[in-house]
Amino acid sequence: MMALSNVLEAPAAGFNFENSSRNAALQAGLEGQTPRPMKTGTTIAGVVFKDGVVLGADTRATSSEVVADKMCSKIHYMAPNIYCCGAGTAADTEKTTDLVASNLTIFSLNSGRKPRVVMAVNILQDLLYRYRGQIGASLILGGVDCTGSHLYTVGPYGSVDKKPYLAMGSGNLAAMGIMEDGFRPDLELDQAKQLVRSAIQAGILNDLGSGHNIDLCVITDRGVDYIRPYQESQYKDHRTNKYRFRQGTTPVLTDTVVPLELEVVEEKVQQMETS
Amino acid sequence: MNSRGLRSQLKDSVPVAGFCPQSQFGVQDSLRGGFSSVKNELLPSHPLELSEKNFRLNQDKMNFSTLRNIQGLHAPLKLQMEYQAARQIQRLPFLQSSNLALDTLRGSDDTIGFEDILNDPAQSEMMGEPHMMVEYKMGML
Repeated sequence: MMALSNVLEAPAAGFNFENSSRNAALQAGLEGQTPRPMKTGTTIAGVVFKDGVVLGADTRATSSEVVADKMCSKIHYMAPNIYCCGAGTAADTEKTTDLVASNLTIFSLNSGRKPRVVMAVNILQDLLYRYRGQIGASLILGGVDCTGSHLYTVGPYGSVDKKPYLAMGSGNLAAMGIMEDGFRPDLELDQAKQLVRSAIQAGILNDLGSGHNIDLCVITDRGVDYIRPYQESQYKDHRTNKYRFRQGTTPVLTDTVVPLELEVVEEKVQQMETS
Repeated sequence: MNSRGLRSQLKDSVPVAGFCPQSQFGVQDSLRGGFSSVKNELLPSHPLELSEKNFRLNQDKMNFSTLRNIQGLHAPLKLQMEYQAARQIQRLPFLQSSNLALDTLRGSDDTIGFEDILNDPAQSEMMGEPHMMVEYKMGML
């Protein structure tokens, strides 16, 4: 039966594509001056060490050539024993990790068990594959569960890789070089922290999209140590003076007073009821 | 007037991006809907539009066919019967139903996806006119 013009078809839940043709027309019309989404052109890295996983990230978020956020947090919570670093479009990484975190919490409440890292990876992979890369999120997941410590990377199109050391984001080439050189199996905690720190530092120095502080997150079976910031940027802003001028700094040359003359036009008295 | 435009219902048609809201006298409402274009109404404007529209259907089809291969014909038949029964438990035609029974059968009552957060039909600002909707449902229109 044909749909009629005054019968409402309820909009489908989920993404709404009504504006995409309008956006395409606008993009053609504006010729490149369209607003850009905030990206975390980033360096993120992770390493598996003897007792768990160390994740690291820089803190710069860019919006094309401008730094949009100097202290953005790229290591997202997923479960008490699983954390996730996100590179790509900032909103996409945030929302996707939040979604998976909610799903993992529901699972824990339903089953009474701690979620495993593979669960998060599988959910993410299905989600990102379903949207064919339109959700721009490259993630590094790390966590410790009953089967051990794991480190995975999930790409925006849904590709998954499991490695003992990983780096993603625009600064990943520089970071990977440091990782390849410095990684050994069964590192100690301090060595692992130093390795990740150096990898992120290499990314910060050699990539324009990464900068500022370095955050670290250490996950072991005893708990999580979220160190923010682990290392502060050397270009911190130290304003040593107060730049407010005291009153009287500018000399007054002339003073003109013009009185405003008002004349009474009408006078009305209204009694107020006070009883 | 609260109304949504025509939408093609042909089975193998390409689904339509937006609806073209119609003002009085059936003329294209440029103020609310923008300029009309036949191309926009026939072709999808986003690569994900088609796949998202049919996602649930395709997933169900895939699950049923796997079930048929593993357990035999009776399993998807029984399940589809239950789906049909669950789909019939609805509110009045112009009100949104929570589809709880259907969600439970599918197993999507303990997962959160984008369809639960974005564009929730329960929060939709448009409502069909009650009398029209009931008459349409009853077949009197």
